[in-house]
Amino acid sequence: MTEIDVLIIGGGPAGLAAAIAAHEAGCRKVLLLEREPALGGILRQCIHAGFGMHVFKEDLTGPEYAHRFVQQFHALGLSAQCNTMVLSVTPDREVTTVSPTFGLQRFRAKAVVLAMGCRERTRGALRVPGWRPAGIYPAGLAQRFMNLDGWMPGRRVVILGSGDIGLIMARRMTLEGAQVLACVELMPFSSGLTRNVVQCLDDYDIPLLLSHTVIDIHGRERLEAVTIAQVDDQRRPLPGTEQRLACDTLLLSVGLIPENELSRAAGVGISAITCGPLVDESLQTSVPGIFACGNVLHVHDLVDHVTVESEEAGRQAARYAQEGQQARGSDIRVRDGAGVRGLVPQTVCAARVTDGVPLMFRPSAVFKDAAAVVRIDGEEVLRKRSRIMTPGEMVRLVVPKDTLERHAGTAELTVEVES
Amino acid sequence: MTQDYSDVLVVGAGVVGCAIAREVSRYALRVCVLDQAGDVAEGTTKANSAIIHAGYDAAPGSAKARFNVLGNALFEDWCRELDVPFIRNTSLVAAFDDSDLAALHALKTRGEGNGVPGLQVLTQDEVRALEPNISRAVIGALFAPSGGICCPYGLTFRLAEHAAANGVVFHFERRVVDVTRAPDGLWQVTTADGGVFRTRAVVNAAGVYADELNNRVSTQKFSITARRGEYLMIDKQYAGTFRATIFQVPTPLGKGVLVAPTVDDTLIVGPTAEDIDDKSDTRTTADGLRKVVESATRVWEQLPMSGVIATFSGLRAHGDRDDFVVGEAPDAPLFFNAAAMESPGLTAAPAVAVWLAERIGEKLGAQRSSSMTPCPVFPKPFREMTDAERVAAITADPSYGRIVCRCENVTEAEIRAAVRSRIGARTLDGVKRRTRAGMGRCQGGFCTPRIITILCEELGLTPEQVTKFGGDSRILVTCGTRHAETDSDAACQTSSVERQEVSHD
Repeated sequence: MTEIDVLIIGGGPAGLAAAIAAHEAGCRKVLLLEREPALGGILRQCIHAGFGMHVFKEDLTGPEYAHRFVQQFHALGLSAQCNTMVLSVTPDREVTTVSPTFGLQRFRAKAVVLAMGCRERTRGALRVPGWRPAGIYPAGLAQRFMNLDGWMPGRRVVILGSGDIGLIMARRMTLEGAQVLACVELMPFSSGLTRNVVQCLDDYDIPLLLSHTVIDIHGRERLEAVTIAQVDDQRRPLPGTEQRLACDTLLLSVGLIPENELSRAAGVGISAITCGPLVDESLQTSVPGIFACGNVLHVHDLVDHVTVESEEAGRQAARYAQEGQQARGSDIRVRDGAGVRGLVPQTVCAARVTDGVPLMFRPSAVFKDAAAVVRIDGEEVLRKRSRIMTPGEMVRLVVPKDTLERHAGTAELTVEVES
Repeated sequence: MTQDYSDVLVVGAGVVGCAIAREVSRYALRVCVLDQAGDVAEGTTKANSAIIHAGYDAAPGSAKARFNVLGNALFEDWCRELDVPFIRNTSLVAAFDDSDLAALHALKTRGEGNGVPGLQVLTQDEVRALEPNISRAVIGALFAPSGGICCPYGLTFRLAEHAAANGVVFHFERRVVDVTRAPDGLWQVTTADGGVFRTRAVVNAAGVYADELNNRVSTQKFSITARRGEYLMIDKQYAGTFRATIFQVPTPLGKGVLVAPTVDDTLIVGPTAEDIDDKSDTRTTADGLRKVVESATRVWEQLPMSGVIATFSGLRAHGDRDDFVVGEAPDAPLFFNAAAMESPGLTAAPAVAVWLAERIGEKLGAQRSSSMTPCPVFPKPFREMTDAERVAAITADPSYGRIVCRCENVTEAEIRAAVRSRIGARTLDGVKRRTRAGMGRCQGGFCTPRIITILCEELGLTPEQVTKFGGDSRILVTCGTRHAETDSDAACQTSSVERQEVSHD
């Protein structure tokens, strides 16, 4: 059994930022565990640009963005163990791992940071009917084939879902000589970033078919075609709108699911909305000493947001490792109001806030000339206007400490979108 | 043109064909198995409910009733010998109204007539005590303690391995197109690729195609309809929701939609029952999947749609005689049928195999050997090991410490072993069914590239040659490969792919 101060599970952008922050907060026994052979997480395969605009004020590729943190990580003398899969985490923070080099290992950590990221939703989860041929891939898998393995998954492509990975892959496959016929989105709006719709679809004349879906899959061995159809406002296919698109590849970009199997087994409470742990203002989960950040907590739009959030998780984990559980004052419950989905954190203790509390959420629909309004026990305390809000882009509001202190002893904070 | 001689030729490498091949291999006979697919278990065996039925459904006196009850009793021993999971998780037939309750009593009487042990009709409270998550709409149930679950393709892989270890030769991608009696009295079996196989005895275990084979050689014709069933698999996050297999009162089309745990801790929900013309049509349909959900929610009200990890369909071989056709065709000596083996075909397979092997051995005058080479020992799955076993396994072979499939905790060692065995995996699906790598909640989203690489290393393939399940089911297209350096530029018209390639090599 190896004793660790802060043990971080996952070496992507979240884990790296948390480890560095924990070190900078004074913890010296920080260990990061990564199941892949190298650090960087999913950024390793994100060879497109668009990362770092907030954190570095630069436009970086995914590997470049990750590299900055990996460099800093090593410069600080931090240690990581790659090729290491965490098998279990107990509520008292005993962590069991396996690796080819070290075999079975056990660690006991004063604090644990969950930073395992997310996985892609599959065809099965959507229940798309039809044949089950080769040629149907989650967009991120196709991205890995192309960018890490140098393999080409197909030539004539339809993309189902307009998540960011799907949009990025529309451009990527086009650049590699594939023909991308359409990006088909069930909802009346894209679930990706506007800049990706513009730069990855519009710039290449790839149609974005909103309120459409794939209703049948053809081809016994390799995919031969898909049937798409328009849907009504109940998302039911409209008879007579069917169109058969001949293609050899269907990429799915239909949502990401935080990978919380370890968290659940450790007894961590999970939100039905974010599918990530329920956390307080310190990003501590329902299990004391276990913290969460990045896409395992909630699926982010920008890696920059992951970095900022994970630095906080790392600092808080370090503090927990150094000082143990602090006495809490009364908690303010954070509740999604109209037009708001998946507020994080779910509880705030005013007395424990140092600067202010960042609240993050996704709008539940597209809102024009809208405002995100924060109310504490019904009283408006913050308002942030926006020309447009979409589910593809997260809204981040920071509630100042003094505002919270003025409302000490209150029960509920709500955020709602007014338009 | 292939010329091949055997004493017994089995057509069909599903669970029935492999069970028969294994049993016949106990005799001093040359045995071979032909299948149109590239692997065993590629037909009905890979896509069914995986239930070992108690035996209360079948009509008394039918072959189904007899072989069901006999087969059920053999499962423990067979699965222990082959080291595959089998759980006697019991079965319930749920009743929702008074007419259902009456039907339960009729089923109980019928089951007792068939020799099914321990049947009881339970009250709502008794049902809820056993299954706290069952819908309150269930007002009673028939309890069958001998109901069980297994992994049909897992069982079939081991039967094939055991058969192969005892000299049975498997020929894949051999679709039988004709069976004729040669002038010398031998059967002559012709395959689509021009192969000719000469044999003394033919066993027809050709699943949904068994009628075509029988009707070529016998005037005692029968017909098989492919009855399609669609299913949903639910993530093992919901393991433990139900312990028993929960049926609803059967209809003329079958046993209806069931909810059952699997031996792998997922839950299976289905099937529908739809007769279809095309015997290879394993599509799922929006309608079918909706029916499964509607029907299953009668039992599992909170059926978690977000927990669905896969949908699939399978075809049952429904015979027009409404019973199995098992035994020698009356007017075609040494042509043995194991046909129309729809449910409870999986349950019956061991009993049918034992019974047929005896008949075949007798007819061919072969000696049953007193001993048999035991089933090859396979490495225990990492996920089932104790910590001590894990430490020992990794010490002996570090690839046991490399998890390839993170959802099911499948290690590199297991995958390589699955490829290297006698009847080894050649495809992604072959690896998946043998090891569960790619069968979990991410459905191969993370492990597929690793498995492609392992298949390439083990089989000497290029990545573009790797398929999902053989034929043209290629995962990748040929262009911009790792072999760009050795291939000429002409091999690839997209220069950017090659640039990309070079930067990674």
